[in-house]
Amino acid sequence: MEIVVSIRPLLAVLVTLIGALLIVFTGERHRNVREFWTILASVLKFAIVISMVPFVLRGRILEYTIISLTPGVSLQFRVDNFGLFFGVLASALWIATSVYSIGYVRGLNEHAQTRYFFNFALCLSATMGIAFAGNLLTLFIFYEMLTVATYPLVAHKETEDAIMGGRKYLAYTLIAGVVILFSIIFIYTLTGTLDFKPGGFLLGRAPSATLILLFSMLILGFGVKAALMPMHEWLPTAMVAPTPVSALLHAVAVVKAGVFGCLRIILYVFGPALLHELNLWLILAYFAAFTVIVSGMYALAQDNLKRRLAFSTINNLAIIVMGAALLTPSAITGSIFHMGSHGFMKITLFFVAGAIYVKTHKENVSELDGLGRQMPLTMGAFAIGAMGVAGTPPICGFISKWYLAMGSLEAKEVVFLFVLLTSALMDVAYFFPIIFNSFFKSPAEAINPHFDEAPLKMVVPLMITAIISLILGIFPNGFFNFFNIASMAAARILGGM
Amino acid sequence: MLDFIISKYNYWIYIILMMIGFYAMIGKKNLVKKIIGINIFQTAIILFFISTAAKRGGTLPIIEHGHGHGAHAIEAASYVNPLPHVLMLTAIVVMVSTLGVALAIVIAIYRRYNTLEEDEILEKRKWSRNLLF
Amino acid sequence: MVPQSPVLVVVIPLIFAFLALLFGWWRKGLCYPITLVAVSISFLASLCTLHTVITTGTIHYHLGNWAPPWGIEYVVDHLNAFVLAIVSFISVVVAISSKRSVEQELPDKIVYFYCMFLLQVTGLLGIVATGDMFNLYVFLEIASLAGYALIAIGEEGAPFASFNYLIFGTIGACFYLLGVGYLYVITGSLNMADLSQALPNLYHSKVVLVAFAFFLVGVSLKMALFPLHVWLPDAYTYAPSAVSSLLAPLMTKVGAYVMIRLMFTVFKPYFSIELIPVTAILGWIAAGAILFGALMALAQIDLKRMLTYILVSEVGYIALGVGLANRAGLTGAILHILNDAFMMLALFLVVGAIMYRSGKREIPQLRYLHRKMPFTMATFVIAALSVIGIPPTCGFFSKWYLILGAIDASRWVFVAVLLVSSLLNVILFFRVIENAYLEPDEEHAGGGSELAIATEEAPLTMLMPILIAGAGIMLFGVLSGKIISTIIQFAVPQCF
Repeated sequence: MEIVVSIRPLLAVLVTLIGALLIVFTGERHRNVREFWTILASVLKFAIVISMVPFVLRGRILEYTIISLTPGVSLQFRVDNFGLFFGVLASALWIATSVYSIGYVRGLNEHAQTRYFFNFALCLSATMGIAFAGNLLTLFIFYEMLTVATYPLVAHKETEDAIMGGRKYLAYTLIAGVVILFSIIFIYTLTGTLDFKPGGFLLGRAPSATLILLFSMLILGFGVKAALMPMHEWLPTAMVAPTPVSALLHAVAVVKAGVFGCLRIILYVFGPALLHELNLWLILAYFAAFTVIVSGMYALAQDNLKRRLAFSTINNLAIIVMGAALLTPSAITGSIFHMGSHGFMKITLFFVAGAIYVKTHKENVSELDGLGRQMPLTMGAFAIGAMGVAGTPPICGFISKWYLAMGSLEAKEVVFLFVLLTSALMDVAYFFPIIFNSFFKSPAEAINPHFDEAPLKMVVPLMITAIISLILGIFPNGFFNFFNIASMAAARILGGM
Repeated sequence: MLDFIISKYNYWIYIILMMIGFYAMIGKKNLVKKIIGINIFQTAIILFFISTAAKRGGTLPIIEHGHGHGAHAIEAASYVNPLPHVLMLTAIVVMVSTLGVALAIVIAIYRRYNTLEEDEILEKRKWSRNLLF
Repeated sequence: MVPQSPVLVVVIPLIFAFLALLFGWWRKGLCYPITLVAVSISFLASLCTLHTVITTGTIHYHLGNWAPPWGIEYVVDHLNAFVLAIVSFISVVVAISSKRSVEQELPDKIVYFYCMFLLQVTGLLGIVATGDMFNLYVFLEIASLAGYALIAIGEEGAPFASFNYLIFGTIGACFYLLGVGYLYVITGSLNMADLSQALPNLYHSKVVLVAFAFFLVGVSLKMALFPLHVWLPDAYTYAPSAVSSLLAPLMTKVGAYVMIRLMFTVFKPYFSIELIPVTAILGWIAAGAILFGALMALAQIDLKRMLTYILVSEVGYIALGVGLANRAGLTGAILHILNDAFMMLALFLVVGAIMYRSGKREIPQLRYLHRKMPFTMATFVIAALSVIGIPPTCGFFSKWYLILGAIDASRWVFVAVLLVSSLLNVILFFRVIENAYLEPDEEHAGGGSELAIATEEAPLTMLMPILIAGAGIMLFGVLSGKIISTIIQFAVPQCF
């Protein structure tokens, strides 16, 4: 395991910070220049992140220490497989979201656009910081920055609902932040270090009761952003945000950061050996399984399309945590890969919801009859994304679900196999009617029976993400060796290098 | 018991004076009476310091012959301790400055509220603002 | 470098105070430049002192070349030098920003204001630099008297608030003087280093015990430690903007410095921790201060008053660090002196700018402020995040050390208090931020309605200090590790 000192992780974080400043100073008067900064920053960031892939594939780790914060802990970036996976996912999806955002915001003539793009850029910096953090303190610093940067986006519409949604979001995430902070400091007093190690570093450091308490606090803390029940309440409420915000942040950045944090705790701080010793893995798996089932049931009951998608997100996030809790090679691989595949598929679905709103101002599932005639490309992409979430081959969701199923068999807990199958059935139950109604029912009055798509800037990104989901399903390594990165991460964790 | 009080009479005097001053500062409602209380309080402390400097049979701490008139050893025990006196000169200056600042502030208060009674001032202030605090 | 730098720090503002008075009578416009020159030289001298202390160790400067314990000496060690640099830097920043607000609020008293300003700065710097107990009293009174005068020239209600402060402050200073007297009676010395040698043999004596008690009560009064904080909200709310921007960051921190000095240098840590469990009691009082300040702040409508209660809470943090009496806790306390000074500086400067431009400072009146004063409000947000304790602002790092100290000492109640207070601060500040930034949908098209506060961005002499304060908050956060390893590590008494 070779360590290479490289400034690339820092550059990846800085690109969007500088972009954010440029956006603020360009302002509303030069809209196109401002949009240019957003796109430029996103493409540059993606390029920097991709340039790190060859290193990581060859088993090297890129490291960069900025400054020592406290004895034993520095502000340090360390790019390993897992971090790079998240980084690639977030930066790739951001390019799509940037283009989509521009279309959405201009299509609705939204207010405070500069503030919107500024905060968007800050969120991505924070997400990159989380992805590449080398220790718990660096992770926490960027985690809190993410909270602060996303608040204005959630409350963007500034209506009563939006302000309340923002307050609820802040309340949940900041209380979680306080709980996480306490746990981090406690771990620091136990071990004097906070660096992530594949396979964990807390084995044998403290009495079992203390470790169990710490683990519960950390999972509860990170679980807020990961929308595990019962800490999930903020997510459906946060759907008052504009759709690109929901799409990127609540399908990719914020919730995936929460899941990323959970997985770091499970795999890189506590580790499989310790969790087996404390028998916590099974408890966590059941805890996540509960969320899987219940959120699926909630999703069936929702009429608002975005809320239905929100509960579907909660469902999939819990599947990721459940998979990681099973602690077998296939389960961990599947869990990490599902972070990626779900990201692509869910973002497609949210993009579609936004496109529908911009074009027809409809928000509810019951109003979507016959929409497939008017917007076949959009609804086609929806079909691909939805079937993928349900786990239909040849879309990428199938691959992750397959590995998760194998993982539950490897862990010799067949219960979770049934949980996965049940959730797949529920997925079909709440997505299929949408697809069926939009293509095969006769259009409602407001629907135009002829081809009349959403603006191009919105349709193109959603089609691209849908196609990528399809390609990833057929060639899992087609997108910059996505799958290999995930499986290498799993191997290293369990190999305990 | 009586012996205890009499042998430390300087401390008892200063404490009683200090408490009188303290009570006046806090318990009296008239602002000028409070200022008098501050004065009594600080004077008591000055008295305390000076009283610790006194010695039985000690004389004023002034040396008759100054520099260069043949240095001869000074018998420290026969002179009263000069250091607290010096410190208290400074403290008296502080006391007077505090008195000056306090009186200036009281004049400003009087100009504004036309009274020097604390409860009346608080009444007037309550009417001039309609806030909670 | 310059051997006289410790003295220059204190003496330059003193001399220039009188120069400001003289030149001011001749021409009013000269006061501001003279003040700036004075505090700048003082700041440079303090940097010089800090550098000397870091490279060579404690400085002993004998005034008039009289050797202690007969003469007065200035002893500057790491803790001292650190606080000196902070005090002088903040005076520079406030002096720059004072021009506009003084012209607006006190047009006929400019000369006297600047003279008092420099005397106040002298007093504060003298308290920090000196190594003699009575000398500290003298500077304490200089600072206090200047403070009473500066506060009294404020708005409606200021003279009465200042009078109240005068009463409390005099009690505090006199108690300190009594403490000095008692120690002199029993040891015959006024020099801090000398006392720290002579006292350990006398720890069993009641005189020393009473002296310690008087010291603590007196210093707590000056530091505004709950429940002796009563004078602070009124005094700092009604004072002129420049005065509260100067006093709020500094006066209480200098008081905290005196407390640390007394408890751990003059009286050995053994006395303060084990012989008389003062630190334990102090910890509980501090926890009370933290919660009380935060809760009272919730009830305020006036933004400036809310900030004064937050100041009471912040003093509680420093006292909690002292009360934990371990290395991490004291590191947190001393780091918090730096961090809180900058946070309060930023917050009070922002309120000063808002008052200057609009004359309003009640929270419901501050609607949509981000349109007109974007930089000011951005700094307010940064300072708010720092008070809440969100990384990478500096407030997070002092909280880190305080929580670390509390866990080390197994004081779980204090950990809970620290965490809960962060959440209370979130509520406090987001009230203001929501009001200032978020507008309901209908207002957009009109570009701000009649409810919007009519202002424009603060003038440059006020904006630059605000931005410097905001930048300082972010910078000192990231550099916390460096600051601790070069300065604070040595400022904490060795035995921890």
